[in-house]
Amino acid sequence: MDIITRFLEKNGLIVAFLAVGLIMYSSAIISRILTNRKLPGSAIAIFAGLVLAYLGGLYSGGEKGLADLKLFSGFSLLGGSMFRDFAIVSTAMGASFVVMKQTGWVGALSLFIGIVLSFIGGVAIALLWGYTDAVSLTTIGAGACTYIVGPVTGAAIGAPSDVMALSIAAGLVKAIFVTVATPFMARFVGLDNPHTAMIFGGLIGTTSGVSAGLAATDPKLVPYGALTATFYTGLGCLVCPSVLFLLMRLIINE
Amino acid sequence: MTIYGVAILAFCYVIGQLTGELLGHLIGIDANVGGVGFAMLLLILVNDWFTKKGYMDKLTESGIQFWSQLYIPIVVAMSAIQNVKLAVSSGFIAILAGTVPVVLCVSTIPLLTKLAKPKSTDHHGHYHPVP
Repeated sequence: MDIITRFLEKNGLIVAFLAVGLIMYSSAIISRILTNRKLPGSAIAIFAGLVLAYLGGLYSGGEKGLADLKLFSGFSLLGGSMFRDFAIVSTAMGASFVVMKQTGWVGALSLFIGIVLSFIGGVAIALLWGYTDAVSLTTIGAGACTYIVGPVTGAAIGAPSDVMALSIAAGLVKAIFVTVATPFMARFVGLDNPHTAMIFGGLIGTTSGVSAGLAATDPKLVPYGALTATFYTGLGCLVCPSVLFLLMRLIINE
Repeated sequence: MTIYGVAILAFCYVIGQLTGELLGHLIGIDANVGGVGFAMLLLILVNDWFTKKGYMDKLTESGIQFWSQLYIPIVVAMSAIQNVKLAVSSGFIAILAGTVPVVLCVSTIPLLTKLAKPKSTDHHGHYHPVP
């Protein structure tokens, strides 16, 4: 038994690949059987990750979730900033400047409005909950953009881990909410053509939520929404820890 | 070769992150400012340029695509190492911070759609000042 444990510890990253693969697989099954694909498997998997982090934290009393268990120490490498940022950069492949031009000025405008409005909304709620420091407010506001922008921003400006988790949770709630609510909201805002879908993708930005929500509304709209949404996370990662953080610091006056 | 794609991605990552580090240093905050964003913009540019030049083949592209497909699993691993135990104690804030901004944003869609429309009617010759 001891030999096996030590072996798994020594090969942490590979064990993490295996474990995440299993989480993704079981989430896909849960998505198919229990929710009839209404909730995307990826959203369930991310939620499962948060639950495992909670359980890991309960069991070990540490601050790094599942990675505090020696068996799953590889998670800290796989889920660490290096791999995370590397993978995020690679998603930019889905877009090209030529297509960007066709999206036009409204798509770009909706990106900025979407990020700023989400940020303000997140900050307002964090304020209501009694957060007053610029770092926490910015991280939670960024989390209201997407569950990527939140932790990337938090890591860049040195947010504490619990605020990071909160911003990921906010982004996750957003992705799930968009997935579930898009078909209902679509009728009220005229979301039934590619043009509006591009605006929608730019405004909302959480790619998994947008593509899943549009798929439930009208599958033909998916590429248009995903197209603008692709830029949202990158733009959010650019704007939140820089311009918006500096603005927050000016307003809070630390 | 698959490794070429990974190397292109790594190149954009290094340049972008370095730019972010330097920019953070320049504006005086001890943080990486938008490194990921710069790397993404660089990757779009490089990919566009290489595709035009014909340097991008299926295998090279697959080296980049592999990582973009690992993005959700990596996010899963990332969420599994967060301090959720602490965040749960303030759970309702996450729900509000995740939903209120969405409603806020979606409510601007009719306005933005309208904003976009006048331009297209102009385009069809709605308004032509006679000199």
